[in-house]
Amino acid sequence: MSYVTKSPWIIHYDGSSCNGCDIEVLACLTPMYDVERFGIINTGNPKHADIFLVTGSVNEQSIKVVKQIYDQMPEPKVVVAVGICASSGGIFKECYNVLGGIDMVVPVDVYVPGCAARPEAIIDGVVKGLGVLAEKRAAMDKKPAAAAKAEAKEGA
Amino acid sequence: MNLTTSIIGIVAYLILAPIAGGLLAGIDRKISARMQGRCGPPILQPFYDFFKLLEKEPITVNKVQDFYVNCFLIFIIITGCIFFAGGDLLLFIFTLTLASIFLVVAAFSSNSPYAQVGAERELLQMMAYEPMILLTAIGFYMVNFSFKVSDTVTSDVMGIIYLPGIFIGFVFILTIKLRKSPFDLSMSHHAHQELVKGLTTEFSGRTLAVIELAHWYENIFLLGIVYLFIAHSAVWSPIAAVIVCLAVYFLEILIDNNYARMKWQFAINSSWVVALTVGFVNMLVLYFI
Ligand code: SF4
Repeated sequence: MSYVTKSPWIIHYDGSSCNGCDIEVLACLTPMYDVERFGIINTGNPKHADIFLVTGSVNEQSIKVVKQIYDQMPEPKVVVAVGICASSGGIFKECYNVLGGIDMVVPVDVYVPGCAARPEAIIDGVVKGLGVLAEKRAAMDKKPAAAAKAEAKEGA
Repeated sequence: MNLTTSIIGIVAYLILAPIAGGLLAGIDRKISARMQGRCGPPILQPFYDFFKLLEKEPITVNKVQDFYVNCFLIFIIITGCIFFAGGDLLLFIFTLTLASIFLVVAAFSSNSPYAQVGAERELLQMMAYEPMILLTAIGFYMVNFSFKVSDTVTSDVMGIIYLPGIFIGFVFILTIKLRKSPFDLSMSHHAHQELVKGLTTEFSGRTLAVIELAHWYENIFLLGIVYLFIAHSAVWSPIAAVIVCLAVYFLEILIDNNYARMKWQFAINSSWVVALTVGFVNMLVLYFI
C-alpha cells in the first residue's frame, strides 16, 4: 500500500483566476468541509507538496511561475486544474494575454469543471487525483526517478 | 541508577519515543481540529505523513544538507539517551544545544532566503529559551544536590514543591521548544504561508521525515523534564507525573490555538523576564531557606 494517498499535501496557485475558485478552494479548509480529514494539508511550499491545485488560466506572466512550481515539486506529483478557466481558459479564453488552460504549460491529471467549482467538486477532484498519485508512485518503483522526470518533461 | 536500568531506559527510549511522539502529534492535531470546530485527521496521520515523505523522490539542495540534518537527529537521540539513562542534566543541555545548532546550520546551508530567515529566528528562539533551561537544571541541583536525572527521580522530595517558579518558567519556554504559537517564529505546523515553511522550506522527502522524527524524539524528552518536577521516590508519583505531563501538553495545545504569532522581540523579552522573575526569585528563595 502506498502512503502517498493518505497524506496528500497541496500547493495552491492562482494562475489568473477571478478569485472565485480560490475562495472555493479555501472553503475546503473550513470546518464545514475540513479536508484535513483526509490528511490534506495546504502547504505554501512546492517542495513539500504532492498535489498542485491551479485555479484560473495561464497568462504570459504566470507561465514561468506555474512551470517553476511544477518543477520544484518532488515526484510523485499530480496537477489538478480547478474551474473552467484552469481547464480550458473559460471566460477569459479570448483575452490577448491568456494562453488557455493549465495543460498548455504543465501536464494536468484531473480537471474539475465549474464556474466556480464547488468545494465538493474540488474535494472530489483531489480524491480522484489520489488514484493517479498511487499509480505514479507504483510506476516510480519500476523505473528510476530520473527517467520518469525526463519523460514528464517531454510530455510538457 | 545502575547500568542495567540505564540500558533499559535507553532501549525503551529508542523504540518507544518515536511511537509515543507520533501518537502525541496525532492527538495534538485531532484536539486542535476539535478546538477549531473541525473533525480533524486520523490519530495516525503523523505516521502516514512520515512514511509518505520516505516514499517521495529525494531532492537535496546541496550535499552537506543531509549530513547536518542527520547530525541533528543523532544528537537529539543522544540527548534523549542521556536523559533516559539517568544521566547528567548539564550534559543533556549541552547536547541539546548542539543538536539545535545542527538544524540551524542545515537551514543556513541551503542559501534560500526563507530558510535563512527561519534559521536566524531559530537562533533568536534559542537565545530566548536557553537561560530558562539552564535555570531548570540549577534548580534541580539546589533541591537534590545533584545534576543527575536518576538522583532526582529517587529523591525523597517532590521537585515542584521547591521549584514552583522554575516550573512555570519551564512551561513558558516549552511553548517555544514545542514550536507552538505564539512563539512558532522559525517554523510552525500550521499557517504555512508566512516565510513559506521557515527552517524546513528547502527540505523535502526523506530529509523532512528525519526532521519530523527528531521532533518526536525531542518532544518526549522535553515532557520528560516536566515529569522530573513531579517524580520522586513515592510509588504514586510516576502516575501523577505522567498526568501532569499530559495536562501541560494540553495546555500548550490550548495556548497554540488561542494566540497569534508574536514578534521575535516579544519572544525574547517575555521569556527572559519570566526566567529572571519567577525562575531567579525561586532560586534566591531556595538559597536562603
Ligand atoms: S472558473 Fe469561474 S470562478 Fe473560477 S476562476 Fe474562472 S471565472 Fe473565476
